Amino acid sequence: MSEKYISRSTTIAARQLGDEMMMMSAADSMLFTLNRTATTIWLAADGKTPLAEIVKKCVCTCQDVDPGVAYRDAVEFAEALAQHGILRISDHPMNGLSGEKGENS
Amino acid sequence: MTLMEELNHRALALGVPLSVHLDLTYRCNERCEHCYLDHDDKGELSTSEVMDLLSQLADAGVFFLTLSGGEPLLRKDCFDIIQSARALLFNVKLKTNGILIREAEARRLRALGVEQVQISVYSHRPEVHDGITKVPGSLQRTLAAIRLLKSQGLKVTIANVAMRKNLLDMDHVHALAQDLGVSFTMDPTITPMMDGNTSVLRLRISSDDLKNVLRNPKLVGEVQQFCAPPPVDDSIMEGLPCSAGHTSCYISPYGDLYPCVQFPLPCGNVRREKFLDIWRNSRQLHEVRSIQARDLPVCSSCAHLGTCTRCPGLAYMEGSMRGPSSADCEKSLSRTGIVPASMLSRPRAESRLDFCVSSMRPCC
Repeated sequence: MSEKYISRSTTIAARQLGDEMMMMSAADSMLFTLNRTATTIWLAADGKTPLAEIVKKCVCTCQDVDPGVAYRDAVEFAEALAQHGILRISDHPMNGLSGEKGENS
Repeated sequence: MTLMEELNHRALALGVPLSVHLDLTYRCNERCEHCYLDHDDKGELSTSEVMDLLSQLADAGVFFLTLSGGEPLLRKDCFDIIQSARALLFNVKLKTNGILIREAEARRLRALGVEQVQISVYSHRPEVHDGITKVPGSLQRTLAAIRLLKSQGLKVTIANVAMRKNLLDMDHVHALAQDLGVSFTMDPTITPMMDGNTSVLRLRISSDDLKNVLRNPKLVGEVQQFCAPPPVDDSIMEGLPCSAGHTSCYISPYGDLYPCVQFPLPCGNVRREKFLDIWRNSRQLHEVRSIQARDLPVCSSCAHLGTCTRCPGLAYMEGSMRGPSSADCEKSLSRTGIVPASMLSRPRAESRLDFCVSSMRPCC
């Protein structure tokens, strides 16, 4: 199993509201909310920390959950967000947060 | 209930200001004859003051940020402000006339992740549009900007203000929006000027024209459903007028905070107090929030209460934030043919036509 790295997109809007994180992608104007666990993973998505480590540190220490199951769920979650441009997934570490080409230039 | 409605309910329960409309300047490079602003600079917030304010708004939980004016791009620091807003992860909507947008600006707005750009187009005919803006060539430049923004993949909305002068062009502007592949919204709201001058109200469309607008399926969708008599529902009495002061507010270029851009009740100034202190403690905002439908002396007995778009800001400008806003009474009458309570208790006034057709909810 190769390592996976996740990086937050900077093209989205996001704000904490109570226990959840509101998000909207500028690309498709779709609105999402993430629960507390998903928000924790999203906030830790720096492109450099392996997803397995994020799950171990942020999820498994707070919840009574099998690490393998938690990791598989996290990959599924990350892939779903990646489809909407909210996260980027790679087999290699990424530099900083991800945006579109030329962003903030 | 949609996700957006759910978030609004949650924000209301938590006391979170979900949306803020921030005018960066009242200066403008157009002189639209219906505009409610003067265009002087009476001491705009500096760049650092705006940056600090943005940080406070993010901390307060603001998600939707509308940057407008005047013409916001007249500020040399406008892109720096947008960049800071995006770095703070706001959902940014920009309202502009587009005159200052060339390819580089369009590309920059796209790169910064601006969610939506709203641009006013009053007519498809240059002589009418330019006649309203008082700037020769403005339609051509505005349309060029829309094309550039679209070519960058940005979401653009054409906003049309219906007035006597351009009403006949409304369908053409709608068709133009479709040709350009952008959204269209129409608003017959003509608001008195900020200094109370009501001379601009002469531009409002007539009652008969309003009826036609409200029966235009291109604007309202299902006409029969839209114009149906209001339902009877006891829970309506617990209802709140609109989001103004509850989950949204307006901040002027000088830092004055109001419940809404159309509700000129001063609640504080962000130069003198922290945003969140005003939001939580302003006596005026508390008064706005205290109003429930049951407290409205005239409207609580009105048959339209459940579907009325009563604007507390317009009502405030007419004398009482708990009173009817006559423009919305007129709209309810035009829509359904049922006489509102306010018109049963006084002689019928000349039509007042402030409402938003795009959402059929108060602009605030």
